[in-house]
Amino acid sequence: MIVFNVLLIVLLIVCAIAVERTKDLLSALIIFGAYSAIMALLWLLLNAPDIAMTEAAVGAGVTTILFVGVLSKTRRNED
Amino acid sequence: MDDLIVKVISKIIIPFMQVFGIFVIMHGHLSPGGGFAGGSILGASLILLTLAFGLKEAKRKMPHTISKIVETGAILLIVSLGLFGILSGYNFLTNGEAGFHLGRTGEIISAGFIPIATLAIGLKVGSTLITLFHTIIEED
Repeated sequence: MIVFNVLLIVLLIVCAIAVERTKDLLSALIIFGAYSAIMALLWLLLNAPDIAMTEAAVGAGVTTILFVGVLSKTRRNED
Repeated sequence: MDDLIVKVISKIIIPFMQVFGIFVIMHGHLSPGGGFAGGSILGASLILLTLAFGLKEAKRKMPHTISKIVETGAILLIVSLGLFGILSGYNFLTNGEAGFHLGRTGEIISAGFIPIATLAIGLKVGSTLITLFHTIIEED
């Protein structure tokens, strides 16, 4: 179980760094959705199922869709 | 977007999402979840409807005027539940002493006004999410 926890946290850190490094904003949004999904799994392992439910619905679903809606109004690339 | 597979699959999956959201809202005082989690599931189902069938169809199912009324009515319901405690001589948002039915622990109808307040929070969160999404993707 500890191995699984450490694996999830390493993936979380990799996702957080990749969001900041990616120049293409749509790819950054998809990585951010993966970050939220991993975070929901971690909340579940930390015995907080209500926060996990909220994170899976809001963080991985609605926030990503709202950001895509905003992105369709502006440019796709950074700088 | 005009894809047949997406339309058929979302037509199947949207009722189950809404039933699950209502389940999470109504069991807010008994099990994990509650007003915010269930309301965001309800809002996500309406967002899926908008993505699959387009803005015009979703506006026909959930017009802006109705979501505006639901949003303000839900917060008025919570405030009037709190004022009921003041009117019966106790503090704001008093539950048991103010005369709400407490019931037996573990049943759906119990815990005074907590299920009603959870229902109001769920309606407010769901209608706020769908109003935000429609406002963002609207062509101006």
